[in-house]
Amino acid sequence: MSLVSAQHLTKTYRAGDIDVPAIKGIDFAIEPASFVAFVGPSGSGKSTLLNMIGCLDHPTSGTLKVLDTDIATLDRKAAARFRGEHIGFVFQDFNLIPVLTVFENIEYPLRMVQEWPAAKRREQVLRMLEAVGMADQADKRPDQISGGQKQRVAVARALVSNPKLVLADEPTANLDHDTAYRILELMKKMRDEFKTTFVFSTHDAKIMGEAESTFILEDGRLIQGGSHV
Amino acid sequence: MFDILGIASRNLLRYRRRTLLTLLLIVIGMVAVLLFIAVAGSFKSMMIGQITDSVLGHVQVHRKGYVASIDSLPLNLNMRPNMLAKLEDELDGNPAIAAWSPRIKFGGMYSNFAETTSIRINGIDPAREAATVPLLPGRLAEGDKHAALVERGQIVIPQLLARGMKSKLGDTVVVVATNKDGSVNGKTFVVRGILEPISGPGGRDGYIHIEDARELLRMSEEQVSEIVIRLKDFSKIEKSGAQIKGAVEGLTNKEGKPMLEFHDWTQLSPFANIAKMIDLMTLFIKIVLVSIVLVSVMNVMIMAVFERIREIGTIAAIGTPPSRILSLFLAEGLMLGIVGTLAGIALSLAGIFAINVWQPTFDFGMQKGLVMAPVIAAGDVLTIAALVLVVAVIASLQPAWKASRMDPIGALRHV
Repeated sequence: MSLVSAQHLTKTYRAGDIDVPAIKGIDFAIEPASFVAFVGPSGSGKSTLLNMIGCLDHPTSGTLKVLDTDIATLDRKAAARFRGEHIGFVFQDFNLIPVLTVFENIEYPLRMVQEWPAAKRREQVLRMLEAVGMADQADKRPDQISGGQKQRVAVARALVSNPKLVLADEPTANLDHDTAYRILELMKKMRDEFKTTFVFSTHDAKIMGEAESTFILEDGRLIQGGSHV
Repeated sequence: MFDILGIASRNLLRYRRRTLLTLLLIVIGMVAVLLFIAVAGSFKSMMIGQITDSVLGHVQVHRKGYVASIDSLPLNLNMRPNMLAKLEDELDGNPAIAAWSPRIKFGGMYSNFAETTSIRINGIDPAREAATVPLLPGRLAEGDKHAALVERGQIVIPQLLARGMKSKLGDTVVVVATNKDGSVNGKTFVVRGILEPISGPGGRDGYIHIEDARELLRMSEEQVSEIVIRLKDFSKIEKSGAQIKGAVEGLTNKEGKPMLEFHDWTQLSPFANIAKMIDLMTLFIKIVLVSIVLVSVMNVMIMAVFERIREIGTIAAIGTPPSRILSLFLAEGLMLGIVGTLAGIALSLAGIFAINVWQPTFDFGMQKGLVMAPVIAAGDVLTIAALVLVVAVIASLQPAWKASRMDPIGALRHV
């Protein structure tokens, strides 16, 4: 069974009196434990698609199922619960909480979203810190670490609650080339270790080569998808 | 909960200067209110104490219609023995009453044999009067404060009259009065004391023994103009007063109409209006405090939400429930309230302590050099603290609600 599946998926935004189609009836499927990239130029619909897969937005028509749940049926609260339980997010700008330490940022989803007990929480955060190579930076604040380190923390935060799916919107856009590759390597390593599906978007041709499966979007349509490129 | 408060504290410390300025406003508001309540409340209590404990008593009972014409001290509206007997039974059996004292009030002429002037006199039972208005002997500017206020043949006169008539302790004077039948009588007295005046009704009256009053007025029976009552617990005056009023007004004549009327001190003294004004000013200052806290906390919280839109988008995206986002921002308002309240209480108590050490004096009417000794009840402190906390949370509600309802996609795109 596919982890994510879309059928005739469309998304249209309303700008004043004009309908602006962002996704124009696409079909795709993403298998569990895969490492998938959505590729395309700016405005091609990558972020819109990732937002819908991440239950942050609803389709205008068609069906989008994530973990066999039709995301159109989720209201605001249910969507938040679903994201907290099943989906991790990595952002282009890292989006760490500045008043929390590295340890606390990773701990946040377990503490404020899932409410794990303290001992179990600590054990899991330490495990993630080791996994992303940030154990020695645990007490630092985000403004005391580098961009690459911030993205490692963001990856650890996305994975800490053992989600089935991690969505990363342009995760390497604000990183230099070497650091970007190291982050992708880290994400792959995490996928291998935790069997988590990683779906990321990029417009960087070099980066997309790191994906095992690539969907190419252009003007809201899927022009190539599902195969190695 | 502690997680949320911890994060809220750190977020407040993120903008230290803004947080400190907001706290400063809350603290200034709290100190102003608590100091005003303490100083004005103490002034009010002291003045009420002076008026009730040295002249009026806590409540009074008269024959029906007496108070309406009290300026002329009408002797034909005195309570008759049959009324008094019934009333005495009621008063003696009432556990809320600490003491009561009968008075015969009348107007007369005071003469030092060279000059004559008018005087208002209370005929009193000195022991009962001292038990009912215990501060009365303390008003003696001249004369023994520890002896009975008046014995038979003695008179205590007000200070202004003593000055005007050049009367001294030990002088023999004459009081002439007309009784209710129009018969004029005179009696000599020895000046036993000179009383400091006090603001309000009865504050410039003279005192003689009640038996002398009856003799002077040629009363053939034991009539009384008013009964002054002291309650065991003044703070329960509304409840006790209502109960006494019910009992008093339940005493009816042959026609079934009430023979007597009841008044508490607020109905007898114009100072009650000043006390109401003080209460009104306290309310006004509380409203100012509420406005200060509301505007300052709301301002800081609106800014906090505006500056952290992307952060809100992030925590919403990773699954933080809207209710928890709401709590996070409410907690920031609450923390501002808690810290501001604690600092405000500490500074206010320090201020009240300092005033008590300093002991400034003030004048009120004819009374000079009254020492200001502000006190504040724990209940007032708790009420103001609760008010500030509630208002701080209410002020945070709109920004917090906005944060909790924010669309994560729009918030994440915010620059």
